[in-house]
Formats: sequence, C-alpha cells, structure tokens
Amino acid sequence: MSDLPPPFDLLPFLLKGLHITVIIALGGSAVAIVMAVVFGLWSKSTDPILRWFSAAYITVFRGASALILLYWFYFVMPELTGFGLDAITTGIFVLGANVGAYGAEVVRTSIESVSKGQYQAAAALNLSRWQTMRYVIFPQAVLSMVPPFGNLMIELLKGTALVSTITVTDLTMQGMYLRADTHRSLEIFGLLLVIYFLLSSLITLGFRLLERRLSHGRDYGGGQ
Amino acid sequence: MWNWDIVWEVMPDILKGLVVTIEAVAGGMTLALILGLLWAVMRRSKVPFISWTAWAFVEFIRSTPLLVQLFFVYYVMTDVVGRSLSPLVTGILVLGVHYSCYTAEVYRAGLDGIAKGQWNAAKALNLNAFQTYRYVILPQAIPPVLPNLGNYLIAMLKEAPLLSVITVMEVLREAQVFGNAHYRYLEPLTIVGVLFILLSLIAGLSVEWVRKRTAAMTS
Repeated sequence: MSDLPPPFDLLPFLLKGLHITVIIALGGSAVAIVMAVVFGLWSKSTDPILRWFSAAYITVFRGASALILLYWFYFVMPELTGFGLDAITTGIFVLGANVGAYGAEVVRTSIESVSKGQYQAAAALNLSRWQTMRYVIFPQAVLSMVPPFGNLMIELLKGTALVSTITVTDLTMQGMYLRADTHRSLEIFGLLLVIYFLLSSLITLGFRLLERRLSHGRDYGGGQ
Repeated sequence: MWNWDIVWEVMPDILKGLVVTIEAVAGGMTLALILGLLWAVMRRSKVPFISWTAWAFVEFIRSTPLLVQLFFVYYVMTDVVGRSLSPLVTGILVLGVHYSCYTAEVYRAGLDGIAKGQWNAAKALNLNAFQTYRYVILPQAIPPVLPNLGNYLIAMLKEAPLLSVITVMEVLREAQVFGNAHYRYLEPLTIVGVLFILLSLIAGLSVEWVRKRTAAMTS
C-alpha cells in the first residue's frame, strides 16, 4: 500500500488494471463499430445470403449473454477447434462482437430513417447502389447513429468488467486481488464504482462533442 | 467431439439452474418495476433535493458495471457489515436496483407523454398527488411504454448469468460446476448458450406481440 490517506492508498494498486480496461474498451469499440457497419449494411443487402448471415450474427451475438459468449470462446473454442486466443484478445473480440450486434441494429434503423426521396434522387442521378449508400444515404444516417452508439460504448465499458472472470487483470480483477488481501470491500468496490463512473462520463462527454461537431451546419439530424 | 451422453447427463442440472435464473429475473424485475416508478416520480418532484437525488442515483448506477455492483453488495455485506445475505437475495436486489435505473427512464418517457391538461384536470378535481398518479396519470402513462419495459426484462435475463460470480446456482453456474467435475465444458456451455439464444428469441417475439397489442389499444 502507498502513503496516501485511506481509502486512496488503495488507488495505485487498483489503477494498475486501468490500462487493460482501457485497451479492451478501445479495442472492443473498434471491433464493435466495424461489425455494426458491416452487418448493418448487409442486413439491407439485396443478396439473401448476406442478409441471412447478418440475421444469424445478430441473433447469436445479441441473444446469448455476454458472459456465456466469453466463457464459450475462452473455454470451449480451444477444446473444439484446437485454436484458442489469449484472454485479452478473446475479451476484445467477444465484447466487440456482442456490442456490435446491437450496433448493427442501430445502423440498420438509421439507414431506414433516411427519407425515401433521397434514394429516388440518387436513382435520378444514375448512382449505383454502392454509390447511393456511400455518398448519399450513409453520411446522412451517421448523425442519428451517434447518440445510440454513445450508449453502446458505455455498455461496452461496463462489459469490460466481465473479462476479470476469464483471468484478465483489469480494474475489477485488481479490486478482487485487493479484496482478498485486505477485506476493505467498501473502499475497494466504492472506488471501483467511482472510477467506472468517471470513465463512463468521459465517453458521454466525448460523444456529446462528436454529435455537436457532426451536426454543425446541418438543418436537421439524419431523419430523427 | 460432441457427446450426446454428456448432454443427457447435464440436462437435469441445467434445468435446475434455469429455475433459479427465472426466480432471480422474476424477483429482480418486480423490484425494478416498483423502484423505477419511484425514481421517475421522484425526478418530477418540485423539491430540488428529491429530484436531484433520484437523477444522480439513476445516472451513477447506469454508468457502472453490474458485476462490480454485485461484488460491492456481496462483499460489503460479508466483510464490513458482517451479515452476509444469501447469494440469490443479493443477486435479486442488485439486478432489481440496477434495472430500476433503466425502467425509470422508460417511465419518465411515459410520464412526459401525458398532456399538461391531465394534470390540471386532476388539480381542478382536487385530487392529491397520490390520487393524481394512481387514477389519472399512470393508467395513461404505463400502457404505451409496456413494450420498452419488456425490452429491459430481456436485457435482465441476459445479464442474469452474472449472478454465477457470486455463487448463485443459476444456469451458467450449474454448467460450470458440471464442467469442473467432469473436465468437460463443450456440451454444458454450448447448451447454455443455445438456451439463452432461444429464450431471448421467444422473449423478443413476446415483446413484439405486446407492442402490437398496446399499439392497437392506445391508438
């Protein structure tokens, strides 16, 4: 323990897990955004196979609980395929894919919220389906994706605590170590809650700034 | 690889765990529905201290992990208070309080949807605050938000496996215990995963059904 007055003497040890939590949250959000955009667009595809693939992904990764997915990919996949990922990578991909499945629905509904006239205008300009999506629809849909994505990122941050159950030494795991040593549970878990709250507030703030930036100079937000 | 004998062997344990999961979700949801309404009504209070407390509590709980909240209550009771609650009771309490902060937002949207004239009419009839909510506002505010409340029931079901970390013998914990005893995780964990996918599909369809019914009722 350090020389700080209690309960802050616990902080240096607790914060040793901070960078792991941040890495998993950032890595997970990158995975989530990619998955959300790819599967969200595929769910609007003309190709029935892509649509089916997207529906299957959303059903599995949204339906099964995050903790069960984490255990499955960490304990069962190596047993089944002989190929396993380390705990941190598993955490990033599983949590990312889990949040990405919710994100895919956000992308889909945002695209659907763009008015029909925009598609007709693009057709009148003789744009291909890809060009219509890339230059006309998607840029307008992005703005209405921002607030729900902000909420999903907070869900993801909260979800990172789950990786402590597959041996990753994140913030929560450091808390568990401390608890085993000192039994000062009120201070340890109280501090942990405050740290997670501050991290969530940072995400909220970031997304508010992003929304303001993206909506700059627009008359109205993407169809909402 | 896949062994059906193990499936039949683990099935009774998993079903036993499923009962506990359902108990936890039923208890948690009851608490969430009651407390959430309390937060939503408190937030509308004219006394700043009351509305601010409700706001701060809801924001804080929504911004922090359920897992850490579970540890907080479970270990503070054991280490600090010295009187540990049973794991299942702890789980129901924490699930209920956590999700009450989500249902509070749903109720709030429902309350915001009520026209000002309804409040004025209640005042004109000399109803007190309780009577206004009980007989005028809530009967109009709650039916339209039922499907959204249902969504949080599904969300809670999906987070219920977290109770395994404080040793509640729910589905996931049963599968783990079986796995530890038999050195075999493939079947138990896969069954639990498939079970949750099926449950959330069924729950999703039910919420969709309620949404159609309430849309027909309230239009």
